[in-house]
Amino acid sequence: MVRVLYFARLREALGRGSEEIVLQPAVADVGTLASQLAARGGAWAALAVTGNVRVAVNQQMADLSTPVGPGDEVAFFPPVTGG
Amino acid sequence: MTVKVQEEDFDLSHEVARLRDGKPQAGAVACLVGLVRDVNDGEPVTAMTLEHYPGMTEKALQGIVAEAKGRWDLVDVTVIHRVGNLRPLDQIVLVAVASAHRGEAFAACEFIMDYLKTRAPFWKKEKSGEAERWVDARESDDSSASRWRKS
Repeated sequence: MVRVLYFARLREALGRGSEEIVLQPAVADVGTLASQLAARGGAWAALAVTGNVRVAVNQQMADLSTPVGPGDEVAFFPPVTGG
Repeated sequence: MTVKVQEEDFDLSHEVARLRDGKPQAGAVACLVGLVRDVNDGEPVTAMTLEHYPGMTEKALQGIVAEAKGRWDLVDVTVIHRVGNLRPLDQIVLVAVASAHRGEAFAACEFIMDYLKTRAPFWKKEKSGEAERWVDARESDDSSASRWRKS
């Protein structure tokens, strides 16, 4: 199981802030996890568009090649706008 | 180092006094207070909600302050970022940097703000009356942060 979090515009578009998901066997990193989620279709396709989505794994900024495995916390969110 | 993410407002005088307390080696304190404007991109702003990623936010801010401390000789740093519902005139963020001399305090304060704006997981949603919109990230923030890259 992986805990997946969504924030801001993405959280609203997907209609949820978090979920626990079972990784498909092919999922080994952020890129393949995003593909698994994007395959749900509809608003989820946004996760496959890398330009507008940022990712953190275990609360550290990550990229498509960052490894993902059971027990990890993965967050998808738009570019940040604090300050 | 003091890093706080909170809904409550902060008092600049109190925070600077606390930052300096018992540190006679500090010769300068540079501060940046970020505020809610009543206009953004030509649109009126009547209220704002700040969302964040609890847990990661604090770690990201601590990491940015630690990086600043690695680049400049700093006495101490305070970062306070508010979340929740805010209105024009409200304070959003405080970065206060104490160092022996002003040059390091100015530089580190600007560095921390530039990195905070591109690396700390906060998101602003603005309201104009009944209409709401998520604020888009600015390319100018990315270029401000990129100038600190070490070549």
